[in-house]
Amino acid sequence: MTSTTAPKNSIDTDNAPIITIDKLNKWYGKFHVLKDIDLSVNKTEKIVICGPSGSGKSTLIRCINRLEVHQEGSIIVDGTELTDDVKHINEIRSDVGMVFQHFNLFPHLTVLENCTLAPIWVRKKSKIEADEIGMELLTKVRIPDQAHKYPGQLSGGQQQRVAIARALCMQPRVMLFDEPTSALDPEMIKEVLETMIELAESGMTMLVVTHEMGFANKVADRVIFMDEGQIVEQNDPGNFFNNPKSDRTKLFLSQILEH
Amino acid sequence: MKKTSIPLHRNPKLRSLAVQVSLLFLVFYALFSLYSTTVSNLEDRGIKTSIGFFDEIAPFKVGYSPFLDFKLGETTYIEVFFIGVMNTLLVAILGIIAATFLGFFIGILRTSNNWIASKFALVFVETFRNMPLLLQIMFWNFAIFLAFLPPPKKSIEMGLFYLNSRGLHTPLPVIEDNILSFIWFGIIIATIIGAFIFAKRAKNNFERTGKSVPVFYYSLIAIFGIGFLSFFALGKPLGVEIPVLGKFNFKGGGQLPLPLFSLWFALTVYTSAFIAENVRAGISSISKGQIEAARSIGLSRAQMVRMVILPQALRVVIPPTISQYLNLTKNSSLAIAVGFEEVVAVWANISLNQTGQALIIIAMTIIFYECCSLLTSFILNMYNKRVQIAGR
Repeated sequence: MTSTTAPKNSIDTDNAPIITIDKLNKWYGKFHVLKDIDLSVNKTEKIVICGPSGSGKSTLIRCINRLEVHQEGSIIVDGTELTDDVKHINEIRSDVGMVFQHFNLFPHLTVLENCTLAPIWVRKKSKIEADEIGMELLTKVRIPDQAHKYPGQLSGGQQQRVAIARALCMQPRVMLFDEPTSALDPEMIKEVLETMIELAESGMTMLVVTHEMGFANKVADRVIFMDEGQIVEQNDPGNFFNNPKSDRTKLFLSQILEH
Repeated sequence: MKKTSIPLHRNPKLRSLAVQVSLLFLVFYALFSLYSTTVSNLEDRGIKTSIGFFDEIAPFKVGYSPFLDFKLGETTYIEVFFIGVMNTLLVAILGIIAATFLGFFIGILRTSNNWIASKFALVFVETFRNMPLLLQIMFWNFAIFLAFLPPPKKSIEMGLFYLNSRGLHTPLPVIEDNILSFIWFGIIIATIIGAFIFAKRAKNNFERTGKSVPVFYYSLIAIFGIGFLSFFALGKPLGVEIPVLGKFNFKGGGQLPLPLFSLWFALTVYTSAFIAENVRAGISSISKGQIEAARSIGLSRAQMVRMVILPQALRVVIPPTISQYLNLTKNSSLAIAVGFEEVVAVWANISLNQTGQALIIIAMTIIFYECCSLLTSFILNMYNKRVQIAGR
């Protein structure tokens, strides 16, 4: 056992992208959700994806761990291409952590058991070792005292932090966040965002779908704006917020920043 | 009188008490008049209601009584009752076991992504749960088994099992030496206890080191190995009676007569269609998010079913499945159509006709079914409590 978080890559390590998406197309029946998406993500890079609902941003990150199947183009994660090969899919899934809007914790398992399930059964660790990792990460998200409660006994913010710890227990190389704060009360949003900021500072590669523009401004290396299945604009947060190029982005930003 | 006092007829507590007392009185009055009318009607026909007939010899033949030896001219009415009870319990237990396995299998098929598998399960469920059970029992018995199974001389052989139009004939263990058999059973039980202790230690070991041992296979090998060795070491204390073809049918060994076989088959198929729907409901009650979460942490499909889906589905599946077990037990009384001698047939029908003791016989039959149902639901409710989720 070395470290329980992602390898702490400094910027000077090899700059090969960890995720490469090339000409990605996806349809739901006749509806064209993703249109020719090209995206490459470098190690330790933090990317925030925003856009109106129905723009395909969730679908895009769900394609990365194959919760959605794409029809055209290629996705390469850490050197492995996503195809129908079940072995590759399971490998990628255990290397890519995901946090959902509605937490999706397992209600019949305690908080700690939620965290140790995959390390024990997928990584084949001993229960004692898995418990140690689980407690370490629960401490990191500041809820070690809730370890033996069930998810139903926790607040939304606590549940989402458990979900983050559960994903981190697999020592993922990339973390995907699918609107992690959209189902939370304002004060709980803060505690979850703080956890995510700490995670970002530890060097994790992150793709975050969110409307929290403050978070984007503070943490993101790159902000991507999507609309109607296309990447309309991408830039560093400074330029993205202060002088957006396309009218569509300006309109979106004015709507979202007004209140 | 105080200002807050209210007239008696407007006091809700008193009113509800009055209603309950009068209702209770009416119920008791109805029961009592039912009882006294029946008793006096029976007496008018010269039948005095009493349990004296229990010890009388039953003047009819009961063909199938694997647990109590039936001898025409010796067996009493009360023994006939117990024969009926045991035959009912036999078909109910065999049916519950088979229907559970078949029901879970069909239910899981129904939720499968495989088009053929799920459509097959759909057709199975819709066919068998929509046909009256009585029709199904008669269909399997008269139209299929009786019509298509060969006569005894051309029986279908399955190892030492023989299936023909008279039923299923099985080998049966016979005790040849009481004391040695007892010792042999003791050895087997000790091995099973040993296997449990081994499993417990293996689990502790797994939690400490993460090394898992195929406990199930080791235990199976140990139980069978020690069982076989000690069996021969003790000089074969148990014999096996193998069914032998006689002049008309097989003799010796165990026997499931065709009526029992058909009844068991029909009850299994019919009930499994309902259990399959319960299982499907349980599986579909799990939100898509649970499945996505399980997949996103890298669990394989089998691990997901075992660790995430089934534990949550069971709490939805169990309560309605309890009712299906109870239904199966009660439905076994339809055996009267094919002539299997369960409790309603030999007790509430033949014995009642012979003795006229309607009150006692019907009451005993009702109490028997009540006890079965209450016991079944008690056991399963205990199990259900264990699989419930905390914090909900």
